[in-house]
Amino acid sequence: MSLIESTQRYFHAHVRARIAVLLSAPVAWLGVLYIGSLAALFITSIWKIDTFTSKVVREFTLSNFIDVLTDKAYFNVTVRTVGVAIAVTIICAIIAIPMAFFIARVAKPQSRPVLIALVITPLWASYLVKIYAWRTMMAPDSGFLNWLISPLGLSSPGFGMVAVIIGLSYLWLPYMVLPIYAGMEKLPDSIIDASADLGAKPGRTFLKVILPLTWPAIIAGSLFTFSLSLGDYITVQILGGTFQMLGNVVYQNFALNLPFAAAVALIPVIVMIIYLASVRKTGALDNL
Amino acid sequence: MKISLSRKSAIAIAAGALLLSGCSSSGDDSTSGAYAGPVGDTPGTINVLAWPGYAEDGSTDPAVDWVTPFETETGCTVNVKTYGTSDEAVQLMQSGGYDVVSASGDASLRLIFGEDLQPVNLDLIPNYVDVFDNLKDRPWNTIEGVNYGVPHGRGANVLQYTISKVKPAPDSWSVVWEPNSPLKGKITAYDSAIYIADAAVYLMSTKPELGITDPYALDSTQFEAAMELLKQQKPLVAEYWGDYTKYVAAVQAGSIVAGTSWQVIANVLNGEKATVGAVKPKEGATGWSDTWMISKNTESIDCAYKWLNWIVSPATNAQAAEYFGEAPANSKACALTASKTHCESYHADETEYWSDVYYWKTPTEACLDGRTDVKCIPYAEWVKAWSSFRNS
Amino acid sequence: MNLSRTAKVVLWGFMGFGLSFIYVPLMLVVINSFNKNKSFNWPPTGFTTMWWSKAASNPGVKDAIILSVLTATLATIIALILGSLAAAAIARYNFFGRDVISLMFVLPIALPGIVTGIALNNVFTNFFGGLTFFTIIIGHATFCVVVVFNNVAARYRRMGSSFEEASMDLGADRFTTFRLVTFPMIRNALVAGALLSFGLSFDEIIVTTFTAGAGQTTLPIWIFQNLFRPNQAPIVNVVAAALIMVSIVPIYLSQRLTQERK
Repeated sequence: MSLIESTQRYFHAHVRARIAVLLSAPVAWLGVLYIGSLAALFITSIWKIDTFTSKVVREFTLSNFIDVLTDKAYFNVTVRTVGVAIAVTIICAIIAIPMAFFIARVAKPQSRPVLIALVITPLWASYLVKIYAWRTMMAPDSGFLNWLISPLGLSSPGFGMVAVIIGLSYLWLPYMVLPIYAGMEKLPDSIIDASADLGAKPGRTFLKVILPLTWPAIIAGSLFTFSLSLGDYITVQILGGTFQMLGNVVYQNFALNLPFAAAVALIPVIVMIIYLASVRKTGALDNL
Repeated sequence: MKISLSRKSAIAIAAGALLLSGCSSSGDDSTSGAYAGPVGDTPGTINVLAWPGYAEDGSTDPAVDWVTPFETETGCTVNVKTYGTSDEAVQLMQSGGYDVVSASGDASLRLIFGEDLQPVNLDLIPNYVDVFDNLKDRPWNTIEGVNYGVPHGRGANVLQYTISKVKPAPDSWSVVWEPNSPLKGKITAYDSAIYIADAAVYLMSTKPELGITDPYALDSTQFEAAMELLKQQKPLVAEYWGDYTKYVAAVQAGSIVAGTSWQVIANVLNGEKATVGAVKPKEGATGWSDTWMISKNTESIDCAYKWLNWIVSPATNAQAAEYFGEAPANSKACALTASKTHCESYHADETEYWSDVYYWKTPTEACLDGRTDVKCIPYAEWVKAWSSFRNS
Repeated sequence: MNLSRTAKVVLWGFMGFGLSFIYVPLMLVVINSFNKNKSFNWPPTGFTTMWWSKAASNPGVKDAIILSVLTATLATIIALILGSLAAAAIARYNFFGRDVISLMFVLPIALPGIVTGIALNNVFTNFFGGLTFFTIIIGHATFCVVVVFNNVAARYRRMGSSFEEASMDLGADRFTTFRLVTFPMIRNALVAGALLSFGLSFDEIIVTTFTAGAGQTTLPIWIFQNLFRPNQAPIVNVVAAALIMVSIVPIYLSQRLTQERK
């Protein structure tokens, strides 16, 4: 019996060995490198820095956490950041659900790949260029938006929180449309027909049958929009004026106060872990 | 905002004071640690970390380039990276990968004491002898007689304003600080903790009772006053700037009409036609004096020394000083500037002009103005306060 | 499903609004790539094609595109290998710790990019000696693994294990089964995952800012450096417009590939 055959037999008999072989490389990569570097980062949050050279000094201190928790500014910026992330998620959902439904159920089957391609194509346009396009659009006096709505007596909101919410909703919309479309496409026709047969009008079918069934997919989409908004700092720098979010706090302090930046970085991580844990039950994680 | 002084930071104050008063730091003395030379012809690559406008390689404006001639003459390859604030410079130098940096006074000492730099052997830099005497051996680049670099030039942070939108031409910082400023909502301010010193400079004129003599030596009362002024300014500000190209774009789009700036930004804006003016207001201004320094771990030491010699040579220094809009470091550069009055207009050899220009330096707990009866706020606390302020 | 006229109108309306919302800024980018005025005030005062010719001859752009393509390709290859291995294990077997490992494969995308960026930067500067070309690839591969994993795991689940079992019952060994049965069935998912991974890596800016070495300029970094520069910003628009047009084809193809046969 050749070496290959005996190896095959071994693996056939030992399930655990098969799993181990399959998983060893990926888990080593993600477990050691990724989780390890996250751990290394969060450990620095209990250290301090030399006040003159800004280098990390490995002495235990809780001052970073105390500063984050007691300074009202950081509480405010956390609330604002979570608020923006929620607003972006809701706006994306409001636009994405009808679009996904249209593509999955109303459009002709041949046109579906084309429509989805149209929705996904912007993902390939550079993130920076898209945000810069919004910057020129929202410029207070000379922008496109101003030019468009000034006949109505309105003017562009300029750079600030509103511009950031619009910009982020724009960026993450495809990430919301895709999973919802996938979820709606999977719905068997029979269930929808059954609902109609039982006398429900389309609106009721939508609210009572389709929406609950695609809820995991909607949550899956929201994971993207929420997490991507929570940590964003570039859009905020370009569209935000003097408005700041958590990502900016981390970015500003990373250079000279890594322990403090690490402590602040824990906030979005904790928020996301809570969010992930609470949506695990909905099965959303299988819909990514 | 509480500033706590634990025993540990008291020790840090003492250590900092010792270091600053010039006690020898690591047992090395004089030029040990510096390259002995001679500077050879080994080709290599140097990554240069520079303020915008200091190491132009043609990518901003194809006609403005003193990097490519250097590469052609020496065979060294140069990659330039520009940064927006001294904090960025310190962080990038500490993360490694850069061979040469042009550091302002508020970054240089942090880098020296952070052991990110090597001393520079000035005998290997022939052009150094022509540097203005009042720029040689300055406390921000020379420790106990050990030199860490060659000066580049110096300038003030100017008040820039869009000529068509700000009439009459301002001569005071009040247009950016006072709540009733007619330019509300279109002001900009520098996005770095060091800007707190600019608030202190304004307070030196408007609130002399605070007793501020050095905007980088602020005790807690003076610091609180500066932070209050900044909070008062915030509603006037459209954007805080840290990227000069974004600043240029915003002025062109009209969303910013006045604020603290560098002469190079005004020069870029006035490139095609005069759109902005730049002045040093009557209250004085913060400023900077920069030094080219060499990283401790550079692999192309010959190219690094050649760059230092090149950048401080009369011809290049003249080009750079004129493009940026600052006083050059090399006295022979004055004869080579395209405008014959350049050195005069930038007060290169004067002392009076610079008497109310407060060069960037790193605040320490030991008061930089010499007071021993109070403790001053160190830069790490400036950064914390600034971060809290920006996010409130 | 039978929809009333109002419902159909509303849906068409949303679709129309959604598509215009998506494409108006992109069209603005394309128009601005022909804009004579460098500061992009609206409406444009004149049109020119000079930016397109300048972009074609700009060495910075070319180097950046090459570096980005190289990085994305290598990261995608690593992601394909690691992602499909992990997907096979997670989707096929039930074992102690499966949920935890499953969660681990969601984290790189679920956690904000800046956290991943500074964590990797911290490790690279303190333990790996600095940032280089390879540190970029490591950073990218880490989140690209996630998209490949998701696509392939989903495919495994939909596929069921019956085909593989049948193949082995008929006498094929594991390698042959994989080659002739499993691989053709997951091939589409691999391609879709690879395309998504390539796209993510090509456009990534946040993690890249923290993991790229001193001279490493990927396309997004080049764009970031030149976005506001008066002489370069129009070239950035050209690059973006070109990217949009070039990307339509692979996206359409990948959509066709992942269409289920009903």
